[in-house]
Amino acid sequence: MDWMIGFAILIVKLGVVLVGLLLLAAYLVLLERKFLGRLQIRYGPNRAGKFGLLQPLADTIKMLTKEDIVPEAADRVLFLLAPAVVAAEALLIFAVVPFGASVTLLGKKIPLVITDLNVGLLYVFALASLGVYGVALGGWASNSKYSLLGGIRGAAQMISYELSLGLSLVPIVMLARSFSLLDIVRAQAHYPFILVQPVSFMIFFISAMAETKRIPFDLPEAENELGAGYHTEYSGMRFGLFFLGEYVNLQVFGALVAVFFLGGWRGPFLPPVVWFLIKILVISILMIWVRGTLPRLRYDQLMHLGWKVLVPLALLNIVATGFVLLIIG
Amino acid sequence: MTVYGAVFYILAGVILIATGLAITRRNLVHSIVYLVISFFGSAMLYYLFGAPLLAALEIIIYAGAIMVLFLFIIMMLRVEPSALRKPTLRQWLPAGVLGLIYVAVAILVVTTDPGSQTILETALARPRVFGRFLFQRYWLSVEIVSFLLLIALVGALYLGKAFVKEGGDQKEDQS
Repeated sequence: MDWMIGFAILIVKLGVVLVGLLLLAAYLVLLERKFLGRLQIRYGPNRAGKFGLLQPLADTIKMLTKEDIVPEAADRVLFLLAPAVVAAEALLIFAVVPFGASVTLLGKKIPLVITDLNVGLLYVFALASLGVYGVALGGWASNSKYSLLGGIRGAAQMISYELSLGLSLVPIVMLARSFSLLDIVRAQAHYPFILVQPVSFMIFFISAMAETKRIPFDLPEAENELGAGYHTEYSGMRFGLFFLGEYVNLQVFGALVAVFFLGGWRGPFLPPVVWFLIKILVISILMIWVRGTLPRLRYDQLMHLGWKVLVPLALLNIVATGFVLLIIG
Repeated sequence: MTVYGAVFYILAGVILIATGLAITRRNLVHSIVYLVISFFGSAMLYYLFGAPLLAALEIIIYAGAIMVLFLFIIMMLRVEPSALRKPTLRQWLPAGVLGLIYVAVAILVVTTDPGSQTILETALARPRVFGRFLFQRYWLSVEIVSFLLLIALVGALYLGKAFVKEGGDQKEDQS
């Protein structure tokens, strides 16, 4: 009986998180288009519903009813699988993200996280590193030169920035003394880690933008050189899945910044889950703002920034943190 | 057979099939995809044996980094599936003999070792315990391995430098 209740709770949690993620992803697209429109002194979508609030629905219906074209010379199976890899990888990361302290319901304590792995942080990296396959294989399987170039660029960029992404979090693990995301949030009971690790935060934020392939790091899909890069040949909902993956990734990195640097769900007055959502939204808006402000990097600048600036800085930061921790005790 | 036993044999089967397919595919990209599936299976085996840290590292390093580099190089080189050709006797004879020795040893080990009869217990090695164990017992091996990696790194740096000098006009290509 106990087992059944646990299982039911898990299914409900999975459902709520999945629906929440998809809804938020849909409205992040609208938010991005509206906000970018304002930054470029135009209105953005405002025809479907009041303030364009039904635009995500209209977009979804459009993509679902469009023809799903597979190019004749494409590698069929890999071509069909690639978008699913990107979307699934992004959604699965949320399994270890805690969005609140535990709540008590009918005398049962329910932790507000799907599963608290003791290697949660490494699980995040394992999945993030698999996202490369969606991009690279999608680009290769399309059998188009634009797609292939986009895929190669994507693979190179993502493995380069994964390195600085991982290294930037080593000081956080040193401070929290745990890989579990729940423990990392608990370790920030007195102060959020952004106060003691501002360098880490900057490196993580920049690397996260590169990992999600957003302007100024959108070389894998640079429109004016590569058509649309790795997803040039995709249409209908398969293109939609790539798109969905990108916006779920935006939330994932927003949530990770909140967990690692902003104290997770903590905040005064409002309930924890609301605070967590606010933090995700603030980070997402920051990333959209950057997109509206900066131009795209050149390829050598991209590699230079990753390997010669961010990685050495992250290594120095690790040494400095270790030094300080050793002195304090 | 317990549930864990069943899971073990299913995983082992998947790993064997995926690895076999990875070796026999003519299309290199397909080989890589099968090899990644095989690594996934190994990672799940580690998890089953109670080593989540090793499972995560297996995926991050092998599936997530090394195989991506392979894929990257194959995509860059644009290798066409090679035509069917028979390997010569000199090529397959040593490989065949060595393989047969492996098979013989494996059969010998499985049939004689009493260790193969006992059922493995699932344990849970926490990252902290694992790290302590590794760096207290085997610190010398760890240092030797890291030294080897350093040598490889220096070698790669040297090769890269020499290439740029010969290239001459590639001044901006220093990364």
